[in-house]
Amino acid sequence: MTSYIIRRLLQALVTLFIVSLLIFLGMRFLPGDPILMYMGQDTITHMSFEQVEAIRHQFGLDKPLVSQYVSWIYGVIQGDFGVSIAYREPVIDLMLKRLPISIHLGFLTLIIFNLIGIPAGVICAIRRGGWLDTVITILANLGITVPVFWLGILMIYLFGLYLNWLPIYGYTSPFTDFWLSTRQIIMPLICLCVLPIASTARQARSSMLEVMHQDYIRTAWSKGLRERVIIMRHAMKNGLIPVVTLTGLGIANVIAGAVLVETVFNIPGFGRLAVTSVLNQDYPIVQGVVLIVSTVVVLTNLAVDLSYGWLDPRVQYR
Amino acid sequence: MSVQVNIPTGTAENLPRVSEWHRLLRVFFFRRVVIFGTIVILAFIIVAIFAPFIAPYNPYKQNLNEILAQPSKEHLLGTDSLGRDTLSRIIYGARTSIVIAVTTLSLAAAIGMTLGLLAGYYGGWINVIIMRFIDALMSFPMLLLALIIAAMLGGGLKNVIIALGVGMLPGYARLMCGQVLSVRENDYVLAEYAIGASNMRIIFRHIFPNCMPPLIVLITMMMGLVILAEAGLSFLGIGIEAPAAAWGGMVAAGYGYLRTNPILSFAPGLAIMLVVFAFNMVGDGLRDALDPRLRGAL
Repeated sequence: MTSYIIRRLLQALVTLFIVSLLIFLGMRFLPGDPILMYMGQDTITHMSFEQVEAIRHQFGLDKPLVSQYVSWIYGVIQGDFGVSIAYREPVIDLMLKRLPISIHLGFLTLIIFNLIGIPAGVICAIRRGGWLDTVITILANLGITVPVFWLGILMIYLFGLYLNWLPIYGYTSPFTDFWLSTRQIIMPLICLCVLPIASTARQARSSMLEVMHQDYIRTAWSKGLRERVIIMRHAMKNGLIPVVTLTGLGIANVIAGAVLVETVFNIPGFGRLAVTSVLNQDYPIVQGVVLIVSTVVVLTNLAVDLSYGWLDPRVQYR
Repeated sequence: MSVQVNIPTGTAENLPRVSEWHRLLRVFFFRRVVIFGTIVILAFIIVAIFAPFIAPYNPYKQNLNEILAQPSKEHLLGTDSLGRDTLSRIIYGARTSIVIAVTTLSLAAAIGMTLGLLAGYYGGWINVIIMRFIDALMSFPMLLLALIIAAMLGGGLKNVIIALGVGMLPGYARLMCGQVLSVRENDYVLAEYAIGASNMRIIFRHIFPNCMPPLIVLITMMMGLVILAEAGLSFLGIGIEAPAAAWGGMVAAGYGYLRTNPILSFAPGLAIMLVVFAFNMVGDGLRDALDPRLRGAL
């Protein structure tokens, strides 16, 4: 077990190393001079050749790639992601400002989609072929289909413009104005949750169906146990393992969804930051955001893998 | 020594093959929604191919006398802020979608499957290197990855295809690797080794064909995903460049006129949803027919 954890940790570190390498090289092989990353096009055109070379030296861009990578990663570990071209602020400050917003939305999404998606899938599996199963399956199939940005626009039209129930954009911290904040995040949360709820329900349904056919469930029935006990105590324990293992994918989905949803509802979160900096070609921010996001995904997958044995003691660590 | 297997050719080679096809088709079309999906996809392909003949107007022609027209007999879905016919633009948008989806998936499948095949078949350090690389790619959310690649390379059809292709690649590599690992264990592969067959022969004659069913399902499933991702990219203003019609971009452009002309956003979004739904349903049907083990795994 311990050796498995250590190996898995090392694997995650290697993955993170490759991720950082990909990001670093990707940014270096951008068309154009990497010095643009720090200065911006306008500033450069007004400088003499010597001045540009001096800056190049100052940022260490005349050193070999390997030592550039090392000093970049050294900075990153200390929280130094460079300075944004557009905002003229340290990238880390910009990210820290937006992080609470994304954590607020992401965390709620995570809770909601599990709370709705898992029971929905389980109910479908238990009442297979019934009207509830049919309805939920259809909804789930639509849920994995709908473009979230379009759903957001539909809701803005219906609840915002037509019925005038909810504010159509923006974000307020729940600590400033809880009521306004809640009203503002209802529609974005629905958009963020739709895809994860649908895919969780589909996954939960199919893996529960598989478990319900197993011998030990038949044994439980023939022992005369009540349905609730069989499902809660026997079937769900095994049936939900595949669902949990997909949490990592779920988080990646939520982050990707956030990019679109934050754009539609004009929420100044992480996703919006990524989009605007990509459009502004503000590469230091892009670099920082991608590194953070992929680290979160890698660590989630690591946590899921490590919890596997706890969820399913039959799993042998090799 | 060669082994002669005596099976009456009439029954062994012809009959089972026919009934196998029948079985596949019966399972495939078992659910009505799959039939619906098939029809939608066929219609989508026909519309894309014959766009110039079907579209009532030139999708690029601006008519500044008729900007933001409401739906009418002349313009069934109205016109946009430059007076272009919305219906015609949706019809041409089908072209954009299908071109991107097909080329992206071919690219991703070709590279991803090759990598997966190499990793699964040769194992060892080749596997370690390839799969760690794939893991790293997988840790970028696909849309974000595509966004960054598109930003680095610039907009335009070619770069969107590369961006989405790289995002799709890990799925194929993973599935292929897993498939190869399980197919490799079959006795007929061992038998090929024993008679001294070359690696190439084993890979292409035996392993590759037997890995295909789940990959075909994945390709169909991913058609919907690519179309959705491309729509997302062009919604963010990063995909296809301005005059060309792309559904996601049309939704974004219409967003600004939501109060007065909601149809400008609604209609292209509905088109995206319909086509993605159709591909997902057909994917489900194919999965049931080709590989029941995958049920729910995708």
